[in-house]
Amino acid sequence: MTPLSRPQMAWRAAQDIENGWYVNLGIGLPTQVSDHIPSGREIVFHSENGLLGMGPKPGPNEADPDLINAGKGLTTLITGGSFFHHADAFLMIRGGHLDLSIMGAFEVSERGDLANWTTEDPNFPPGVGGAMDLAVGAKRVRVLLEHTTKDGSPRIKVKCAYPLTAERCVSRIYTNLAVIDVTPEGLMVREIVDALSFEELQQKTEAPLKLANDWCPLLAKPAH
Amino acid sequence: MINKQVPDIAAALDGIRDGATILSAGFGAVGAPDELLDGLLAVGVRDLVVVSNNAGSGMRGLAALINAGMVRKVICSFPRTDDPRAFDAAYKAGKIELELVPQGIISERMRAGAAGLGGFYSPVGVGTKLAEGKEVREIDGKRYVFEKPFRGDVALLRAHRADRWGNLAYRKSARNFNPVMAMAAELTVVQAKQMVELGDIDPECVHTPGIFVDRVVVV
Repeated sequence: MTPLSRPQMAWRAAQDIENGWYVNLGIGLPTQVSDHIPSGREIVFHSENGLLGMGPKPGPNEADPDLINAGKGLTTLITGGSFFHHADAFLMIRGGHLDLSIMGAFEVSERGDLANWTTEDPNFPPGVGGAMDLAVGAKRVRVLLEHTTKDGSPRIKVKCAYPLTAERCVSRIYTNLAVIDVTPEGLMVREIVDALSFEELQQKTEAPLKLANDWCPLLAKPAH
Repeated sequence: MINKQVPDIAAALDGIRDGATILSAGFGAVGAPDELLDGLLAVGVRDLVVVSNNAGSGMRGLAALINAGMVRKVICSFPRTDDPRAFDAAYKAGKIELELVPQGIISERMRAGAAGLGGFYSPVGVGTKLAEGKEVREIDGKRYVFEKPFRGDVALLRAHRADRWGNLAYRKSARNFNPVMAMAAELTVVQAKQMVELGDIDPECVHTPGIFVDRVVVV
């Protein structure tokens, strides 16, 4: 069994983004999703500091210090893009104008509760950023996370142990082992990596899983 | 004749007192009024409450004020930046209070204050620690928390172009919190890169109308 690499997880999430969608990508791994959009699809990326039509990182002579993304890295604007102020950026988020928000997660619960803003580590002051706004506002919230922690503990739980970002907001979970939908009937496994059985996947997951009738192998492209 | 331009930073900051609530624009370093904040450091006011998205980076601007012990409380969404040493040190030493607010709620609370509203019901944070102690109300089957408006005594902004009426235009993602903070303070002070003649900013492209602006200093 070979778990997906992080770029492969980003690739997998990118395949489900439909032509014409307005999409916000969270800081960290979700940012890489934009590198893997299938050709022929026109996607408009939103950044909560006030951009629509965010492009790739600038080339050597393109960098503009006044043009950054939500992670405060330098970025670019594609033709057709626009700038607006912060309250409008979040009106777009809270008002359901974004088709999709992809975020990282520490934990997800079986009913789609999301915990991704604090581990309550006393060594660091907490920060929430725009996570709570995105979790309740976008039309769809999908998360990318490793299936277990470094010591093998499940991160898909019956109930989140870490403080919640929002209740019942996640609709699809991409891990390095599976693609899982949050449904009214519970967690439905759509795809599993090659050579991992459903029973083995369940052992790595605290919350009960169901296997979809039409489940299929989780493909791992690009091959790196 | 209306002329909101002032000669220097000292004049721009005149009258800011201990205990003031300062709305400090910027997203990270972009659009942040660093020279005005440095000027505030020289004035030496204390006990400030600062509303900003972040809590300063390195030892410039807001970080320098925090390092000098001039800030009593920070209201922000994400205090950590690439170099959060000033805030981290004050926080660990128990010398600064942190009120964490979801990012979009910071700007919306200021917008509500600017608009003369008494607050609003928001779905953000329902069922989380950040909604503890807030009124929860169900509207058409969905739960919301009540968010109060807030306003500042002073807003410190950074614009790209300004004219003598205080009309402002920002540049690219440096716009961020500037327009909403301009509207939400008793005294709005702007550092502008360029002062232009009245009418040189196309009326279709004025981002902040001068009605919201009190003082402009060219930096």
